[in-house]
Amino acid sequence: MSTVLYDTPGPKARRNTLIASVLIGLALLAVVVVALLKLNEQDQLSELKWGPLVNPGNPIFPLVWASIGEAAVNTLVAAGWALVFSLIVGTVLAMSRVTAARWYRWLVVGLMELLRGLPVVIMIFFASRVLPNYGLGLDNVWYLVIGLTLYNSVIIAEIIRAGIASLPSGQLEAGLSIGLTRWQALRLIQLPQAFRAMLPALISQLVVVLKDTSLGFIVLYEELVRRANILVQDPQMQNPLQMFLIIAALFVLTNWLLSKLAEWVERRLSSRTAAKADPAAIPGTYASATGGAAI
Amino acid sequence: MNVIIDNIDLFWDGLLGTLMICAYAAVGSLVLGVVLGIFRVSPVPPLRWIGQAWVTVFRNCPLTVVLFFCAFGLPELGVDFPDFYLWVGILGLVLYTSAFVCEAVRSGINAVQPGQAEAARAIGLTFTQSLGLIILPQALRTVVPPLGSVLIAMVKNSALVGAFGVGGELFATVDTLTSARGLPLIPVLVGVAIGYLIITLPAGALLGLLERKVAIAR
Repeated sequence: MSTVLYDTPGPKARRNTLIASVLIGLALLAVVVVALLKLNEQDQLSELKWGPLVNPGNPIFPLVWASIGEAAVNTLVAAGWALVFSLIVGTVLAMSRVTAARWYRWLVVGLMELLRGLPVVIMIFFASRVLPNYGLGLDNVWYLVIGLTLYNSVIIAEIIRAGIASLPSGQLEAGLSIGLTRWQALRLIQLPQAFRAMLPALISQLVVVLKDTSLGFIVLYEELVRRANILVQDPQMQNPLQMFLIIAALFVLTNWLLSKLAEWVERRLSSRTAAKADPAAIPGTYASATGGAAI
Repeated sequence: MNVIIDNIDLFWDGLLGTLMICAYAAVGSLVLGVVLGIFRVSPVPPLRWIGQAWVTVFRNCPLTVVLFFCAFGLPELGVDFPDFYLWVGILGLVLYTSAFVCEAVRSGINAVQPGQAEAARAIGLTFTQSLGLIILPQALRTVVPPLGSVLIAMVKNSALVGAFGVGGELFATVDTLTSARGLPLIPVLVGVAIGYLIITLPAGALLGLLERKVAIAR
């Protein structure tokens, strides 16, 4: 929070702030009350709607949560594989972009620009509909993983490239001067430091991967969101509003914890790396640590 | 290739549909995001909490869940209007994107040198004046690159609205052409991909130009 925007409040400003706070608080309260009344009117607060999700005594509560738990595992599996593959492909892309000779660098850059310009939905759709035509009939999860990998590996490559660019040039020069080849200097000196410097950004990217697993509905993979959508079709459930609130809460909690982890790692690393403090400020790269384009 | 040329009018309509959705969503999320960004630096604590809560919820929740919630949850509340899914899709995009716009604006405000705000206060400007006349004009220039990335990401995310069955949008064109007209999938997908690239690649290039144009020497 920026506090330079206003003076330390005096008695009058404090009073005005208090009055404004109370008024806004009352307005918020009014909104909540109206929303609850409206929900009650539409019978959305009943045991029938909430019971299966929040009341352990409800007969179908264990079944519902067993199903949600299974789907959560599916979400994590897809996100895990997508992250592993994206890291591998992303590192390879970053290394080839950094070391590529001019005659084929445009190929790497072009591929990356192409993949960055397309919606991830299209990549997942493409993987699921086109690969089977070429005899690559895989489980649904792999179409999702392939789509997510195509999309995220480019972003991870950019993050790593930003990490390499954030290192002082003396690192590479020192490596070369003790007789390492360009490739060795990249692998032994630059990459390890780039990974460390970019760890917060990589964790933030995990949030994106986790969120994008929800696109599994396109390939009918039963991760959290699709499973929730199937569950609410059940005649005993019929509670999309409540179900999606719970699913949203699960996602928000997990991803919030992950972004806190990223901030913590960033604080720890900031004093122990040769990289410049703010990678977002490096021209020609767009990755920044915890804020930035992780959308 | 013939598939694309023969159906160029449908692809064109899809492109216009996507642009229309994105224009509404961009205006909505920019306005909402800037307002929320101001909330987050305001001296009134409840406003800061609202901004904080908004960003925490919508940045960490998948767009799919936001859209499902709007599309299947709102009817449960008895909400209904003409072109329901189209507007719900735009609403979902606005809710989701505004959180990212808010974060970008806030980081831009924090990036303005403290001396600027101090000078504004020293000549007697109020909070609103110093924010509106001194801080925001500078902050908005520094946030052009991140805001641009957010908006380009939003264009790509808008494909999801099409996946929800909103017709007349670029991604929905795939379904129209392959299911209803029985055309082969690969050329249709390539055509749609080209459609998105027509929007995102020039937008990225334009953003680079704009970034150099509005950059402030510090």
